[in-house]
Amino acid sequence: MSSHHESSSAHPSLAARLEKEGEVSVADCYQCGKCTAGCPAAEEMDVAPSQVLRLLQTETPTHEDRALKSLSIWMCIGCETCVTRCPQEVDLPRAMDFLRQEALARNVANQDASDVVVFHKAFLNSVERAGRLFELGMVGEYKLRTGHFFKDLGIAPTMFFKGKLGLFPHGGANKREVANIFARARAVKKESKV
Amino acid sequence: MTDLKVGYYPGCSLQGSSRDFAESLHAVAKALSIELVEIPEWNCCGASSGHMLDHLLSVALPVNVLLKARKAGLPQVMAPCASCYNRLATASHEIATSPATKAQVESVLQTSIDKLPRVLNVIELLAQVSDRIAPKVTKKFEQTVACYYGCLLVRPAKVTGFDRTEDPVEMDKLVAAVGGKTIDWSFKTECCGASFSISRSSVVGRLGAKIMQDAVKRQAEAVVVACPMCHSNLDLRRGEINQQLEHKTDIPVLFITQVIGLALGLPKKQLGLGRHFVPVKFPAKPLAPPTVP
Repeated sequence: MSSHHESSSAHPSLAARLEKEGEVSVADCYQCGKCTAGCPAAEEMDVAPSQVLRLLQTETPTHEDRALKSLSIWMCIGCETCVTRCPQEVDLPRAMDFLRQEALARNVANQDASDVVVFHKAFLNSVERAGRLFELGMVGEYKLRTGHFFKDLGIAPTMFFKGKLGLFPHGGANKREVANIFARARAVKKESKV
Repeated sequence: MTDLKVGYYPGCSLQGSSRDFAESLHAVAKALSIELVEIPEWNCCGASSGHMLDHLLSVALPVNVLLKARKAGLPQVMAPCASCYNRLATASHEIATSPATKAQVESVLQTSIDKLPRVLNVIELLAQVSDRIAPKVTKKFEQTVACYYGCLLVRPAKVTGFDRTEDPVEMDKLVAAVGGKTIDWSFKTECCGASFSISRSSVVGRLGAKIMQDAVKRQAEAVVVACPMCHSNLDLRRGEINQQLEHKTDIPVLFITQVIGLALGLPKKQLGLGRHFVPVKFPAKPLAPPTVP
């Protein structure tokens, strides 16, 4: 860990971990706000993208908590506009990924984003099962877990008649191999934390 | 004409909600003597959900695909979906630049990673054979369109290295090659909302409305895309978009492969044109003025 981080090594700050695990230095950000200015999702957020970085810069648990519990980290679409325009090339999308994963690990993800979290989980569950995404299966799991049963029922029949809605998962992938990749990824992450 | 052989990674969308992209791609590839060699037993790249929830998985899944392509002797892999293209290119970039990630991915996949194939998007592939297109045009595509690139073909530049990041032109050149006109506009690389299509369709409606509004204001008769998410969000989500617009719009959204296919005179059915939510219709061109008797 680089020496300028102030927290003790027993409990490294999120900034220190982000630098080590994600190779992103939040200290490089000088708060110009260009990321926030160009962010298509900024108006959906409770903390502006540049302020999320600011919260991490202070390396204090209270501020880190605010970043982890923010709605913003789930409203980021991953469009990569911010990092493209950043004069310091701070990889904010990578920082957002890191914060999302940390928020889930600590079980503090913002409740107002629970449907977004469920969507991403349903997506990956579908891939883990079949090796490829089964769109209808993913949407089914999403509906079951969010209770949004009636949403999009209007477009589903049209999708079906236009041949855009498959009723069965696609074969072709090596299911066992993909399931193994998911399992190994969990194991490797566990090892690296010990 | 010698065949151009290229590794092909269809990705999940092209098997489902974007079958029209796959159909038109195959029809155009055949007409231009491009052989698309599908990667055997390919898996999902993890898409947005992969990198948002699990960084290691988001690199391991695409690298597994690229290793399969390499094993099949394919030095280039073309991914028509912009999101797949971006995930494959990002994974490749991370393997090349981060020894720590590379070691972890090698441990997950239980193999060593040497050289990975080059990753191409569909526009790059078509640009490679652009000299084959013009001689085969049987029916000029005489429309004025807005080329919409979205996010993931051009960003981040250090990963994709494709075109001009803020004002790309490669798709515009392809449209011009088949006789079309393209507009200058401000929303070429603005975001459509991507994976929020299901979980936050209101955001998709808001962002899509801005894109469609600008295209229509500048007299585009269609929007042309090279990404399944962009297509779904602007076509299938037109209801949500029109809810946000004072002046509703019914201009169609076409894949670049459909535009080229139409100009090559390929049958509409082969191009999947009947699968769109917004019907593919163009305003009638004014007839030549009648000659005075």
